[in-house]
Amino acid sequence: MEKKLKVAALRNGTVIDHIPSDKLFKVVSILHLDTCLNQITLANNLESAKIGSKGLVKISDRALEVDETNKIALIAPHAKINIILDYQVVEKRPLVLPEEIIEIVQCTNPNCITNHQAVTTRFHVLNNDEEIMLKCHYCEREVKRDDVKIK
Amino acid sequence: MSNNSLVSIADYSKEEILSILDSAADYEANPNRKTLDGKVIATLFFEPSTRTRLSFETAVVRLGGSIIGFSDAATSSSSKGETLNDTIHMVSCYADAIVMRHPLEGAARHAAEVSPVPIINAGDGANQHPSQTLLDLYSILKTQGTLENLNICLVGDLKYGRTVHSLIMAMSHFHPTFKFIAPDELKMPDEYKVFCRRNNIPFTEENELTDNFNEADILYMTRVQKERFQDLMEYEQVKNIYTLRNNMLNNSKPTLRILHPLPRVSEINPDVDGNEKAYYFKQAQNGLYVRQAIVSKVLKPLTPKGEQE
Repeated sequence: MEKKLKVAALRNGTVIDHIPSDKLFKVVSILHLDTCLNQITLANNLESAKIGSKGLVKISDRALEVDETNKIALIAPHAKINIILDYQVVEKRPLVLPEEIIEIVQCTNPNCITNHQAVTTRFHVLNNDEEIMLKCHYCEREVKRDDVKIK
Repeated sequence: MSNNSLVSIADYSKEEILSILDSAADYEANPNRKTLDGKVIATLFFEPSTRTRLSFETAVVRLGGSIIGFSDAATSSSSKGETLNDTIHMVSCYADAIVMRHPLEGAARHAAEVSPVPIINAGDGANQHPSQTLLDLYSILKTQGTLENLNICLVGDLKYGRTVHSLIMAMSHFHPTFKFIAPDELKMPDEYKVFCRRNNIPFTEENELTDNFNEADILYMTRVQKERFQDLMEYEQVKNIYTLRNNMLNNSKPTLRILHPLPRVSEINPDVDGNEKAYYFKQAQNGLYVRQAIVSKVLKPLTPKGEQE
């Protein structure tokens, strides 16, 4: 069966596919795409056999760094990252949750110093009994991955 | 951290904990010496805590050091809106170490990261208060002769009480058995029970204080705070259930000792004070020696190996 692309093919750059629709704009924000000057195509609420409704990001002429793409592992762990060179996928990059998450998560503890003063947030990722928890480096409060607040 | 700060009890290994307790015993034998001669220690109390502040200040003065600082944020520059970062930088120009109490959780970790001199956390909100934990350990060691294989009963506010949480973490090195006695509203949070299970620490839970601590070596009482209850009727009931009275101690072990971080309100009846098992005032005095050991340790020059990051 002939496959028809809803979004134009990318010559060079990065494609992030299979982003849950409700996470698309969080991904945009985490990757600071709102201030990126490259040509960017966003698509949302596309049909997906796997996840129902998905979002998609194509960034022209920029291969995101591993550190950058891993930042979205927290909120879109099943997103697919492809690095494209001359219309060919040259790298299918797996998402790996980093051991530490800097800046993008806000501490849920209202009494944490990071919510009162200009302190960059820092969380340690704990993998206990198959449940992923984030522990604030400062107030030491632990929060479940699903309850994480993205800044 | 680029220095010797003590922020959380988890910063210390088992060996470091034992070495502090050793050193505390040494200071107890001889608390007046001039090992901090010429040193200036700042005590920055962004919220008042007279007991802790006096204990640290006495520890320093008895070792020949001097004290600068403030005991209330209202009299400090933070009331003018200065950030903690700036206050710490300013004070570190004058002092060799900083003892800090702050109402925000994580303040001590942040201070330790920006400070060129060691920070000793004297309490950051509901988070950590490591000198209290170390003096609890010292009191347990002194009264029982060992920290290993003890039966410890924790009573009262186990939900918000940071001293009991830190005590569980610190005791986890020494194969304890715990009993948690608390009203349903103030039960031990799941994360600490998970911690116990993961570290193979046996524990049981009960919600009434009777004489159900007859197996215990240590009875650790905490204050049930009125402000934790939405319903004041409930508080009045709970308050009475969680009061330890002298006649409840009749069948307890002769070697049992009762600890309390103080201040107490009604959870230990004054008729217990005369019982030889009551140890809470002596416990407070032990705080002095433990704090002498802590201040001395953080001021020791770092070995090249000790320099991190």
